[in-house]
Amino acid sequence: MANIVELQSVHKSYGLGTPVVTEVLHGISLTVAEGEFSALTGPSGSGKSTLLNLIGLLEKPTDGQLRINGQDIAGLDDAAITTLRGRTIGFIFQFHHLLPGFSALENVMMPAIIDRGWPTLEAKDSALALLKQVGLADAAHKRPSELSGGMQQRVAIARALSLSPRLILADEPTGNLDTQSANDIFELLASVNRERQSACLIVTHDPGLAARCQRRIHMVDGRLVTPPAPTQFA
Amino acid sequence: MNLRLPFAVLVCLRYLREGRMQTVLILAGVTGGVAVIIFLTTLIGQLQISIIDKTLGSQAHIVLRPPQAINRTTLPTDSTAAIVQPRAQRLRSIDQWEAMAELAGQTRDVTAVSPILSGAGFAVRAEANQPIALLGVNAERYQRIVQISRYLKLGRFDVSEANTVVGTELAKDLGVGLGDKIRLVTVDGRNDLLTIVGIFDIGNRDLNRRWVFTSIKMAQTLLDLPGGITQIDLRVGSLFDAETTARQLQAQTGLTAESWMQTNAQLLTALKSQSVSNNLIRFFVTLIVAVGIASVLVVSVVQKQKEIGILRAMGASPRRVMSIFLLQGGLYGLVGSVLGSALSLGLLQFFSRLTGNADGTSLFTPALDPMVVAGACGLAMVVGLLAAALPARRAARLDPVQAIRI
Repeated sequence: MANIVELQSVHKSYGLGTPVVTEVLHGISLTVAEGEFSALTGPSGSGKSTLLNLIGLLEKPTDGQLRINGQDIAGLDDAAITTLRGRTIGFIFQFHHLLPGFSALENVMMPAIIDRGWPTLEAKDSALALLKQVGLADAAHKRPSELSGGMQQRVAIARALSLSPRLILADEPTGNLDTQSANDIFELLASVNRERQSACLIVTHDPGLAARCQRRIHMVDGRLVTPPAPTQFA
Repeated sequence: MNLRLPFAVLVCLRYLREGRMQTVLILAGVTGGVAVIIFLTTLIGQLQISIIDKTLGSQAHIVLRPPQAINRTTLPTDSTAAIVQPRAQRLRSIDQWEAMAELAGQTRDVTAVSPILSGAGFAVRAEANQPIALLGVNAERYQRIVQISRYLKLGRFDVSEANTVVGTELAKDLGVGLGDKIRLVTVDGRNDLLTIVGIFDIGNRDLNRRWVFTSIKMAQTLLDLPGGITQIDLRVGSLFDAETTARQLQAQTGLTAESWMQTNAQLLTALKSQSVSNNLIRFFVTLIVAVGIASVLVVSVVQKQKEIGILRAMGASPRRVMSIFLLQGGLYGLVGSVLGSALSLGLLQFFSRLTGNADGTSLFTPALDPMVVAGACGLAMVVGLLAAALPARRAARLDPVQAIRI
């Protein structure tokens, strides 16, 4: 199976050109295959979010090679990176980050609106289908503020699926939810992975959830290490 | 959701709706600014036109007169001193005035030419007499310079044969009316009896008391200047180029050319000062509107940082993010200018009812000049876009990772 993500000796440093240079990632080499369901774990400050941002094309590596969907991002300009990000990657954040002024339906349509330039009936139908899939067909016209935390995260998942991305990046999607809601969201992501064959990379602190993923990628101090036994990492 | 609106317009409109209070306040500011600019420009423009119209209603734009007669010294070159007394100016005709009038008529921008013979005299009726300025004119040609018929209270402007037209004050002083006869007497005793066929009120009491119109031929006889005229009155197309035309004519003819701008130098200074004040007010209002729009958008960008980060993460390019805020600035300008135009029309109508001329007519017409409105609207939109440029650039440059973390 082809790799959707390929990192080769990727370094990421902050504060270059200043007296204080902080290297956050130390030569990460990693591949994520298409359709893979992986957990990214590690203690706070280990570089998980930075790695997720690099894979999500929100930041560029300081050194090393990063290929997304087979494309080396070193050769792409900002516009091409923006397009690649929009069409290939779906984001789910810890704090849903829905647009408060737009309804659930509009939020789910937004990636398609950005991609096509304006809303289309096709995008609307697709967004309604996605909301139905995440169990929120009745909440399509509600604003995020009218929804519970779990419902908001479901909308965020539906939004991440809007353009049928081949890679879904979730940064602690259940970190802000109660156990039941967290479990529901995880199940939803797992079903999306199964049904759509979208690769999922989920940053989580929950050992139980990580253990349910096909693969665990563990980080300590900016390096990939062998994951500890399920009860030990946190 | 409107399925026809492009992404930037959709987000921009939603942001405007979300920040309803901000939108209403800044729109009120832009509306007020545009209304003040249109109102002031229209009011001052109309008042200036009205003042110039009233001033020039009884004046020629340019008057050509014979050169001043001067005394010249004829002393030998080695003499050291001489007292030269200024020479008294007697009534003299313009030399070859017909050729001069024709030359003036062919000059660029000159639209009307009227030869006039003017001199001092008295209007006498029974025991009463009044000093007058005797004006010998060709009625048809003079009307192209000063539209006396506009000011006629009684009768007609007809100076043929022994007819005369006088002002209301003179008629009152002499106790005469239409059809009555008055005797015109000049300083050397020449006189004639004329019939009053018209009485005018030119809006200036002094002129109403002094001006007496006759035919050129009658004036030539009374003033003992056969075949002569003393001045050529001209009207020009572009009022504010009158001085340039006057200088050109003076150089060409050798006559003394005086434009209305010289004659009314103080009025011109006052009008210019008024224009400068108007421009200053417009400048500061524009500046305040621009600062208002910019500050609202700067706050908006700060408030929306996280949302901008999310939009960027979802694939919105920096240019698209920029266009959301530029559009907001442009919309503030557009909507504010439409509302401001309507408000300025209301203000004009309101103030035109409050103020009025002595004769009861309105001081200005409460109508909008499409050019002024188009100019103010264009200015408001450009100012809106320019004021939005900085916040929009800031929004476009936001690092999505940083923005989402906030």
